[in-house]
Amino acid sequence: MFGWAGTILRVNLSEGSIKKEALDLNDAKLYLGGRGLATKIMMDEVDPQVDPLSPENKLIFMTGPLTGTMAASPGRYMVIAKAPLTGTIGCANSGGHFGPELKFAGYDGIIFEGKAEKPVYLWINDDEVELRPAEHLWGKNVFETTDQLLAETAEDARVACIGPAGEKGVLFATVMNDKNRAAGRTGMGTVMGSKNLKAIVVRGTKSVAVAEPEKFKEVCTDARRKLKEHPVTGEGLRAYGTGVLVNILNQMGALPTRNWRDGGVFEHAEDISGETLAEKYLVRSKGCFGCSIGCGRLTRIPEGKFKSFGEGPEYEAEWSYGAACGVGDLAAICKANFLCNELGLDPITMGATIACAMEMYEKGILTREEVGRELKFGDAEAIVELTRMTGLREGFGDQLALGSYRLAEKYGHPELSMSVKKQEMPAYDARGVQGMGLSYATSNRGGCHVRGYMTSVEVLGIPEKLDPLVTEEKAGWLKIFQDLTAVFDSAGICLFTSFALGLPELADMLRAALGWTESNEEILKIGERIWNLERLFNLRAGFTKADDTLPPRLLKEPLPSGPAKGKVNQLEVMLKEYYQVRGWNEEGVPTEEKMAELSLR
Amino acid sequence: MLAPDKCIGCRTCEIVCSFNKTKAFNPKTARVSVLMYDEAALSVPIMCLQCDDPACMKVCPTGAITKGADGTVTIEDKRCIGCKLCVSACPLGNITVSPVENRVVKCDLCNGEPQCAQYCPAGAIEFKEAAPSTIKRKQDIAERFKELFGEVGE
Repeated sequence: MFGWAGTILRVNLSEGSIKKEALDLNDAKLYLGGRGLATKIMMDEVDPQVDPLSPENKLIFMTGPLTGTMAASPGRYMVIAKAPLTGTIGCANSGGHFGPELKFAGYDGIIFEGKAEKPVYLWINDDEVELRPAEHLWGKNVFETTDQLLAETAEDARVACIGPAGEKGVLFATVMNDKNRAAGRTGMGTVMGSKNLKAIVVRGTKSVAVAEPEKFKEVCTDARRKLKEHPVTGEGLRAYGTGVLVNILNQMGALPTRNWRDGGVFEHAEDISGETLAEKYLVRSKGCFGCSIGCGRLTRIPEGKFKSFGEGPEYEAEWSYGAACGVGDLAAICKANFLCNELGLDPITMGATIACAMEMYEKGILTREEVGRELKFGDAEAIVELTRMTGLREGFGDQLALGSYRLAEKYGHPELSMSVKKQEMPAYDARGVQGMGLSYATSNRGGCHVRGYMTSVEVLGIPEKLDPLVTEEKAGWLKIFQDLTAVFDSAGICLFTSFALGLPELADMLRAALGWTESNEEILKIGERIWNLERLFNLRAGFTKADDTLPPRLLKEPLPSGPAKGKVNQLEVMLKEYYQVRGWNEEGVPTEEKMAELSLR
Repeated sequence: MLAPDKCIGCRTCEIVCSFNKTKAFNPKTARVSVLMYDEAALSVPIMCLQCDDPACMKVCPTGAITKGADGTVTIEDKRCIGCKLCVSACPLGNITVSPVENRVVKCDLCNGEPQCAQYCPAGAIEFKEAAPSTIKRKQDIAERFKELFGEVGE
């Protein structure tokens, strides 16, 4: 078989059974792999109304056909389940070396069903697959767990696991692989914990083959050259990581400050930027499997009360712990980010939830007694300590573990949660970047930037520059971005390559790998099919048009300063146009014609 | 020449090497490996260094390993009986058994065009004469002496 490995593992944790199933090639053609194929399996096998933390939910790890090859940044795999944070289809993407290793062991993915009676881990050594007890690992953090598992399996194996946060049901727990890489959003680690599954360890010695080796090498070499020549993927991300965005967004007045209350200009932006990180604390840049970009950060805080060593932070965490919490101390931000890696927490939701709690505290909604400490904006010690307490669900951390929406709602102020579908939005103020608002509101996994990165066209001018303050053309562009992103995700390569590569390059790699003759347009159609399938899952889970919205702050409170001063997000205008562009009815439901066109009927 | 200080640990060298030798992707068949040291924040690419006095060549009972005029140490497959003495003898661990090909393999510098060097995105693997780089290293060491004695002198 070419591209795909051809086999899916099905592990029933309730029964302790392991089956090897042939990959459904018809589905693989329609949905590629990764996010697409796993969502199809979820749709076929799981009731969208299921309780995400019940044994009836399934947890799927899935690679794509380009994972483990020499394609551009081919180290990705995805984790898919119904999400406990949002109630939508959940899906999180990670790099490192785990995904490729799963392919080298001969599997495209793993479907976990049911719930183990006691903690277990799955050990995959090529054809030999077994469930092993993991009680001795329960309670251990990500680093301890990984080291212990490598010691008891094989030195050259790869580990994906949860930390204490996933075990204790923190609603935004991550799945961590290769210690520092995270399948971060929507709470996939929480689902893993609910199934008593502590880790997956994999070692593979098999090859991944492609249909047209010489052609594949040629198109991949061309793609790698383009990545190297592009200023973002060839220079900016290697030198400064994604944190290169901090100053850019701040200059645009779109770096959300103090829980989005104080507009989009943060006075300490320079102090928390990727440039400052590189100057003060960066030890080395790091790349995931086969990646020529190398945006990863190996970071050391050499001294002081936040003395530490780890990976990251990247842009979103620099913002969530920094601007969103009003903190300008980069050492504290790094330390909090490292704690997220060790405990298995999503730093976007964690930082944004602390920011929400800070506003609640300053408003007098939360008291010192409840929190157990002062909690004002700008408190560097608080972001570190509350992260630790949340990961372990100690004290007030037990409340923060629910995410900002459930926390704010509990105190009667859901409007203070800067979230969409209960997931915290990332670091782009949708009043200053209008299209990002539409992207957040329509994202199939709630507040999120990597389902349709409008920042690319509205801020960075890739592939062309749009005015970020107007609504015109945004719906059409967003549809293309969303569909194309779904193809990137499902192919198994990193979305960051899309700064330099477009549909033609991605399609060339897929055609040569799979021996396909499909046109670029037909390949983009796969992305549209995936997007609509995710939408159908969410509709069946009970979501409606009313959920395609933004926090009232973005719709009613104008930005107080910066280039976008006076602006709110004009979602309503864009959303109406978006449904039309999508071929959905006025309620945001895909029409029969659209479903037929996409072979979804 | 290898420059671990530049290596980003992506293992691109491993996949392009395996592809060049087997037409498929598999780090376990690669003639180059990247070793990771988490605590030191370092990763080190390593492959056969084409020794002047190769231990593998000396120990080979069938004379299958030879050193060519250009300095490349190669294994002649027809003569190799798969005894793996060379694997044991290499002090650097740079001869391995490829699981897919089921034979002993080592870096042969891709006939003068090493793919690992060509595709390394970080410049951590370069194929060039050793001389200029060693002068640079001598200068680095000399600089350290200068700093050390400079401090003592103050």
